[in-house]
Amino acid sequence: MQYLLSVIHDGTDLATDAEMAAIDAFNDQLRADGHWVFAGGLGGPDVATTIDNRDDAGLVVDGPFVETKEFVVGFWILEAPDLDVALRLAREASKACHRKIEVRPFL
Amino acid sequence: MTGAAGDEVATALARAHREEWARVVATLARRYGDLDLAEEAAAEAFATAVERWSADGVPPAPGGWLTTTAHRKAIDRLRRERVRDDKHREALVLTDAGPPAPTGAVDDDRLRLLFTCCHPALAMPARVALTLRMVGGLTVGEIAHAFMVQPTTMGQRITRAKAKIAQARIPYRVPTAQDLPARRDGVLAVLYLIFNEGYLASSTDDGTQPIRPALTGEAIRLVRLLRQLLPDDGEVAGLLALMLLVEARRLARLDEDGGLVPLPAQDRTRWDRRLVAEGHQLVRERLVTGEPPGRYQVLAAINAVHTSAPSAEATDWAQVLALYDQLVRIDRSPVVLLNRAVALAEVDGPQVALAAVEPLRDALDRYRAFHATRADLLRRLGRDDEARAAYDAAIGLTDNAAEVAFLVERRDATR
Repeated sequence: MQYLLSVIHDGTDLATDAEMAAIDAFNDQLRADGHWVFAGGLGGPDVATTIDNRDDAGLVVDGPFVETKEFVVGFWILEAPDLDVALRLAREASKACHRKIEVRPFL
Repeated sequence: MTGAAGDEVATALARAHREEWARVVATLARRYGDLDLAEEAAAEAFATAVERWSADGVPPAPGGWLTTTAHRKAIDRLRRERVRDDKHREALVLTDAGPPAPTGAVDDDRLRLLFTCCHPALAMPARVALTLRMVGGLTVGEIAHAFMVQPTTMGQRITRAKAKIAQARIPYRVPTAQDLPARRDGVLAVLYLIFNEGYLASSTDDGTQPIRPALTGEAIRLVRLLRQLLPDDGEVAGLLALMLLVEARRLARLDEDGGLVPLPAQDRTRWDRRLVAEGHQLVRERLVTGEPPGRYQVLAAINAVHTSAPSAEATDWAQVLALYDQLVRIDRSPVVLLNRAVALAEVDGPQVALAAVEPLRDALDRYRAFHATRADLLRRLGRDDEARAAYDAAIGLTDNAAEVAFLVERRDATR
């Protein structure tokens, strides 16, 4: 079972050195415990481009698909047997990167 | 089928539903790891029982019959769905078909079901609805009624909760020791709501009894299980004490005609002394710890004051009011303030109490106890026209026949 942990924040400020160190330690633990699949940080909504090519509409919009105060700034994809484990990891992730985390299962 | 035989089957079905529903759902949920399948198979088994028992008579062990039948229904359903969605279903069954995972001190399928239904990843209204459906066995209609929402809305709420449990894979187990205290509060709130639904049924339209000992009994049973799991937890003890002290008065709450008897008019010799003693013992144990009490412990203490009084007149209302003041500091909700006003009326009189009740109207206008309490205070103040109107408002919000009868009698006596 895989879960997407989206990192939610209200700004594009990068992780501080202390946050980065905590994230690295958390990632090492994820690898050691067999939870690690993939993770990464993302550029903010101001560098997003939204494409709508349904029915060959060819629409290109400079910006995110919806303007929100908070947005996804990064993510983890983790392997976990159930939601309790995923939520425990999400608590640790949130603490490490000092941002909110949204947990969603892969179908 | 003759009327008498039909009655017998109906009684057996009602009893089996009350006693076996949660067990059947919980057993299937553990076996197949799928709440939706468990609920549907259980519902199908009960539907089959309606047909088979009418034709063949009630089986000697209704619970076993229902569990076996529900297993068959589940397997039938899995076979049908496997054809349609081979990979997904098979994976689920393979994952969950093994022996139950060790769960620590208490190993009870219904407790496992309860913790799953009360999982913190579900919103509180979803937890309550799911628990009442899966553990309490109430119909979607009954649950909708209890929470004053449309049945379709409640149906969607339950469907969404089950879908989330399945998709996000909320595990079917009692939480680890480290997670238990945090998981406790949600479970207690849900159990208290179930107890209250048994204490006074939200509706008697479909022949439901006004008081349902099966629901109060189930809530008490589940709190006892929780207490085995968390023996030092004050709020678990408090909720158990509260339920016992309320349950102790059950037989005295109905008269010979099935009418509701309010606390002051109850024949106290009909209270269950054993339950009262156990409740008082729990309250004393909590007091001795000196830990600050939570809301259930305060509510238990209030009920301990009531059940300690040899007569209604001898009730120590000042103590009751002091405890409500303590409760307001923990939980300043409109319902708590309303209940405090009832005690206030006994200490400072109905005029003072009415002044405390009136500001709650905005929050409680759809709550029958608000209008019933207001009616009683107006009646005591001799404001009969207003009292009758308030009784009518309460009656209009009540679908429990015994409660309606009680309110009508009160209203008609006010002139």
